[in-house]
Amino acid sequence: MSELQNKTMQEKDLKKVSAHQKVGKIVVKVLLYTFLIVMALIVIFPFYFMLISSVKTLPEYQRSVPTLWPEFIRLRNYIDAFNTGNLGQLFVNTMIVGIVSTILSLVITVLSAFAFARLEFKGKNALFAALLGTMMIPGELFTITNYATVNSLGWMNTYTVLIVPFLVSVFYIYLLRQNFMQIPNELYLAAKVDGTSDIKYLWKVMIPLALPTLISITILKMMGAWNSYVWPRLVANEEEYQLITNGLRNAFTDAEGNANIPVQMAAVAIVSFPLFLVFIFLRKYIMKGVSRSGIKG
Amino acid sequence: MVESKHKWKAWLYLAPAIILLIVFTVWPIINTVRMAFLEGYNQTAVVGGATYSFGIGNFTKVLEYKGFLTCLGNTMLLCVLTVPLSTILALLIAVCLNAIKPLQRLLQTIFFLPYVTNSIAIGMVFAAMFNMVGTAFGGENELIITSGIINNIIEFFGGVPINWINSGSSYAANMVVMVVYIVWNALPFKILILLGGLQSINKQYYDAAKVDGTPGWRVFSRITVPLLSPMLAYVVITGFIGGFKEYSSIVGIFGEDMGPAGEPGKLNTMVGFIYDSLVTQQGRASAAALILFGIIFVVTMLNMYVSKKKTHY
Repeated sequence: MSELQNKTMQEKDLKKVSAHQKVGKIVVKVLLYTFLIVMALIVIFPFYFMLISSVKTLPEYQRSVPTLWPEFIRLRNYIDAFNTGNLGQLFVNTMIVGIVSTILSLVITVLSAFAFARLEFKGKNALFAALLGTMMIPGELFTITNYATVNSLGWMNTYTVLIVPFLVSVFYIYLLRQNFMQIPNELYLAAKVDGTSDIKYLWKVMIPLALPTLISITILKMMGAWNSYVWPRLVANEEEYQLITNGLRNAFTDAEGNANIPVQMAAVAIVSFPLFLVFIFLRKYIMKGVSRSGIKG
Repeated sequence: MVESKHKWKAWLYLAPAIILLIVFTVWPIINTVRMAFLEGYNQTAVVGGATYSFGIGNFTKVLEYKGFLTCLGNTMLLCVLTVPLSTILALLIAVCLNAIKPLQRLLQTIFFLPYVTNSIAIGMVFAAMFNMVGTAFGGENELIITSGIINNIIEFFGGVPINWINSGSSYAANMVVMVVYIVWNALPFKILILLGGLQSINKQYYDAAKVDGTPGWRVFSRITVPLLSPMLAYVVITGFIGGFKEYSSIVGIFGEDMGPAGEPGKLNTMVGFIYDSLVTQQGRASAAALILFGIIFVVTMLNMYVSKKKTHY
């Protein structure tokens, strides 16, 4: 009997312990979620602030006790932003530079990656190592000379100056080469036996197989054009060739920082919106590209 | 590998890349070193027939120049503050995200959102959040129209509004704003990498710890952190490299004057210094760029050395 009693008591103890653990687990879960949700709210707050401010009237925005939701939604701010910033022209410029540089850059990257992955030639490994070595050097170091170079070439204030200097990215060549290397060499040999040309082989086999990497490169390159600021400001400051980020910073700020902030926020929202669209639809590719690069654009 | 009969073909495919790299990458490297060692080099004067003698004058002048020391100090301070802060926060968030199931994807998406933004555009949003609208702040005839949403929040909790970025603001306040913005900007990439690392850790380690009844914090410090150390090293190294090249986030907040109204250059950085002297003072800019490269190189090597000792692969 005492043995039985002992057993039930042990069971009770065990139950108590597991109940304890359950409570502990719930507490931990609550803490986890609280922390994550608070952090998420902090992360998202600037976007919320941008959106509500962008539709407020100036007097409502400047109230000493702010409203968390606009009393009157003023969409005219967006039209004002579009007109004062001349955003239409800037948008067209940015698209031209983005699309042309992406296409040319893809062609150059594919050809170089193919040569490094599939062809044999003297000094291949040394050349590849040298290319990777240049990745360590901060881009600012190149800018000093490149500024002088494009100046002497007479490229100032053209689309060329915004496109050509950044066509080759060693990182993209590296990324695509790794991808090409994974494609079995037998496919290439078979194609050679059949008399298929390199270009046809590239187009029919390599490019479809490496498509995810190419999409990642395209997105990062387009985002780069959309976000580029420093180089365009140096070499293409005339409105005719200005890119969207430069126009944004210059058009909506006065010396005192007392600009019409709702209109300014509307302009910021217009510029941010395409990026969010790309993010929503192509998130997978962006995250993949980013996790391997660590660079923005 | 295929022994191609047409070796010239490989070079043909590589030609566009190589030509562009020679003009815009290799030549700049050589030229920057050359200009840095020619005393007071100025491109426009060269066209006019000026010649320069070889020497280390650019480097000594740059180091004596007060503006440069301000830039160096700002850059260093931003690095030292933002890299540890963003790494620790990202690690906490990644570990928490990895421990939950419902809402994980949604939260992960939200945390990645700041990555796909334009650092100038969102910098302007942060500037608006910290901005005080009014005149003669801090003077006798103080007139504040609105003190900005951040100050509204501070007041809501019973605090005193602070002049964050406007004319007459303190260096500490400016720095706080920059650190907040840079950390906010740096989190998504770090969370992405660290969460990826966490998800690839073999579950068996945790099961074993559970059997042994190891307490949670010990599991974290003895299993999670060591197994995550390669990713941690990676985000710290890229964080430092990015930190030393900080520039456009400051333009986003303060504009091209790189400081609050009336104090241009107060928050200028190394990269800002290079851009300031790039058009007229190529010698000085080149010397500064080489110094920047040297610092990044040394810090990266140091990080690699430390992480090699501490990293478990």
